[in-house]
Amino acid sequence: MLMRLISGDSPRSRLLTALLLVIFFGLLFAPFLFPGVRALETAARICVFILLAASYDLLLGYTGVVSFAHAMFFGMGAYGVGLASQHMGRGFGSLIFGSLAGAALAAAFALVIALFSLRVRAIFFAMITLAVASAMAVLVSQLSQITGGEDGFTFQIPRALGPANRMGEFGGINITGKILNYYVVFFVSLALFLSLLRIVNSPFGRVLQAIRENDFRAEAIGYRVVRYRIIATCISAAVAALAGSLFALWLRYVGPDTTLSFAIMLDILLMVVIGGMGTIWGAAIGATLMVLAQTYLQNLMGSAAEATAAIPLLSRLLDPDRWLLWLGVLFILSVYFFPAGIVGRLRTGR
Amino acid sequence: MTDAPDHRPTMADVPIADRIARAMPLLLVPILLVVGFVAIGNPSSWLTLTVSGLAMGMMIFIMASGLTLVFGLMDVISFGHGAFISVGAFVGISVVLGLAEWAQAPSLLLNLGVVLLAVLAAMAVTGLLGWAFERVIVKPVYGAHLKQILVTVGGLIVIEQLIHVIWGPDEIFFARPEMLKGAFTFWGAALEKFRLLAVVIGLVLFVAMRLVFRRTRIGLIVRAGVENGEMVEALGYRLRLVFVGVFIAGSALAGLGGVMWGLYQEVITAGMGEEMMILVFIVVIIGGLGSVEGAFIGALMVGLLQNYIAFLEPKLALISNIGLMTAILMWRPQGMMPVVKAK
Amino acid sequence: MSDPILRLEGVHTDIAQYHILHGVDLDVPRGAVTMLLGRNGVGKTTTLRTIIGHWTARAGRIAFDGADITAMRTSDRARAGIGYVPEDMGIFSDLTVEENMTLAAVSGPLDPVRRDRIFAAFPPLRTFWRSAAGTLSGGQKQMLSIARAMAEERRLYLIDEPTKGLAPAIVSTMAGALRDLKTEGASILLVEQNFAVAKALGDHAAVMDDGRIIWSGPMQTLATDAALLERLMGLSMEQA
Repeated sequence: MLMRLISGDSPRSRLLTALLLVIFFGLLFAPFLFPGVRALETAARICVFILLAASYDLLLGYTGVVSFAHAMFFGMGAYGVGLASQHMGRGFGSLIFGSLAGAALAAAFALVIALFSLRVRAIFFAMITLAVASAMAVLVSQLSQITGGEDGFTFQIPRALGPANRMGEFGGINITGKILNYYVVFFVSLALFLSLLRIVNSPFGRVLQAIRENDFRAEAIGYRVVRYRIIATCISAAVAALAGSLFALWLRYVGPDTTLSFAIMLDILLMVVIGGMGTIWGAAIGATLMVLAQTYLQNLMGSAAEATAAIPLLSRLLDPDRWLLWLGVLFILSVYFFPAGIVGRLRTGR
Repeated sequence: MTDAPDHRPTMADVPIADRIARAMPLLLVPILLVVGFVAIGNPSSWLTLTVSGLAMGMMIFIMASGLTLVFGLMDVISFGHGAFISVGAFVGISVVLGLAEWAQAPSLLLNLGVVLLAVLAAMAVTGLLGWAFERVIVKPVYGAHLKQILVTVGGLIVIEQLIHVIWGPDEIFFARPEMLKGAFTFWGAALEKFRLLAVVIGLVLFVAMRLVFRRTRIGLIVRAGVENGEMVEALGYRLRLVFVGVFIAGSALAGLGGVMWGLYQEVITAGMGEEMMILVFIVVIIGGLGSVEGAFIGALMVGLLQNYIAFLEPKLALISNIGLMTAILMWRPQGMMPVVKAK
Repeated sequence: MSDPILRLEGVHTDIAQYHILHGVDLDVPRGAVTMLLGRNGVGKTTTLRTIIGHWTARAGRIAFDGADITAMRTSDRARAGIGYVPEDMGIFSDLTVEENMTLAAVSGPLDPVRRDRIFAAFPPLRTFWRSAAGTLSGGQKQMLSIARAMAEERRLYLIDEPTKGLAPAIVSTMAGALRDLKTEGASILLVEQNFAVAKALGDHAAVMDDGRIIWSGPMQTLATDAALLERLMGLSMEQA
């Protein structure tokens, strides 16, 4: 039963299994284990980014294609939900319509970009997605009547999911709509995550892996390499959009900084690379670590910078705004020294 | 043996249609100029926009030329190229600010001297940085595109952040040297002095590059290496050294482009290189990966189109480049002048 | 036989995860034409590419004129005196014929005497001296490819299927040029599918199968022994 749920793709390492179980149960009981607004925010963020990183891994890890448009697809889902809720009124109908519209738009964009670039060279894809994503980010910030520009906009979600909806008490915790909202995010993320796991372990996923290992050979065996890559791109984009929808639902807000920005794109890249490319489980580990680090480590940097304020260069290097510097270094080092990521390390037992 | 000797000329066999198709990219810039003229309808506005578009195009070309060659020679795609643009701008502008007295003096000679020093300093620093980048970041990941993209993006971020560490977190505003401010008036059109200078520098550079490629052995090696690197080695040349040289030169050119772009905008930010990379990639893609001529034409088209559209329909300017890229790729999926790769 | 110009001892070569050469032992004698024969896909091209250094031998030793070149760079092997003409000719089609030749003369400007000798062997190269090499016909490209290898003093030529897809008239031009090279004292290792050409040009022959040399000896022996030919190459005398 359990093996069927995870499509027979077991973590294949005891420590990894333990880590994943900790993450799973931690998230499942987050509202009760870690009371407090901040903790719940972090937990919801982790759910969304695990899904987002997993959908990116379908592309990067399973087909070897680098995309810089994943944050854009993520944003499409978020803006879909935001705009639908704003214009169609608060309600579950708007949420569902907005999510589906965002996912469809993302898949359509992915299809067009993929048709243009993947047929020629996979490397085109990286450059074209970067160009398109940045143009989209500029467009969204310019069209401020519709998108709220740089500030983004807040919107209302169904009352049942709001903090004002009190549903009683359980284990000393007030069960509000907010907690209900968290569980919507959690279970939808979980369902989509398991679907991704199913996809990569299906015959389709096996072909993707064959292509990643050796595309000439896959082509020679008779697989339509380009077609498989295009389909993977579209699925990946659609799931990213759905993750974006969940994020918007949770935040009740959409804006460029939380969805479209290059910084988000870097986060996604880092989550997948550090967790381990080519294993959906790696995305879960990477996303959890990154979100925790961002939430708690950045503060630590702040105090470190204050402590070293007397040493001019060091304090500048430790400034929380230089967070990206260290991420960049970490990123390069992980690509060089453990390209299989944490999961790869745990599996080989070193 | 009745076969005719295979010595007859083959030149005449190229059908006329093919020749036009081959020359087509060369015609695109003139066509764009004419279409722009008709659409704008006002000669002086057209002239102003054209000069500004050409200036922008030249600066993008300077930044893009190194990238396209680096790709052509070793199949290396360096996302870190944008970092050299930013570093070039910061080093160059620091020189301009440091020599404020010369820059503010109303003497063309002193002003150009400042610009020259800024350019030399920027190119020296970015050239050195390019050399280090190649050794530390790029060399370990030859032949692996996925890793190349990831690692060079990492390099881009690190260098960009180091700019923040060195020069502080904020953008730097400054004024151009005295004599490069303002504009000439010509046929009722205002032509900014600095833009004219940018056009001149770009043209000189393009002509110089062509001469190097046509007339010198190193140029021949580079052109041949772009097509078939293995064969260049089998003839007895160390392609790796040539590649490192091109990488350094390309980085220095990116630095030059960065200084010029900074002087053009009169503001520099650590993220400017990253922003320019978007245009640079578009230019490299539509020009055809590995082709310097293609990049030149592509850059001019991007610059001109962006200026014309910004005048005609400001809202569309944001996506004009994406539109151009889409159109070119629909016409030629490999870009305008793709380099023949022997594979 | 005096010491060979080139000697391969137990050379193994991998391409990606595939093991292509399984211990090649080969001697190429001086001042003679050695034919490397065998069916498609047995490793002939890989052998040549390993000798010039495009692939690195995983195990074994390659000695050129007595010196170990196994770990040498391709460019140094070329400068040591090995000329290489690949199967796809490796023409720089964007460059003119002249530029192709200029590049090929690694040590300086192309020697005029050498150039005239090349023109005499391949007249079309003079005609199309300033044309882009990409516009040449297949035969002319093959001429240019060999001419490029001749632009420098070479002691050994590695030539991969120079007559592939060429009209008979061009084939005889090629054969003539290769004979001239030999007369000048160069040694040649030639991969050839056309057995008639191989028979006419070759002094020695080495036959490959499955990444190894399975027979070597005088060309004459191979060409006159029907049973041997049949066994080694699956060729009957008529086909040969």
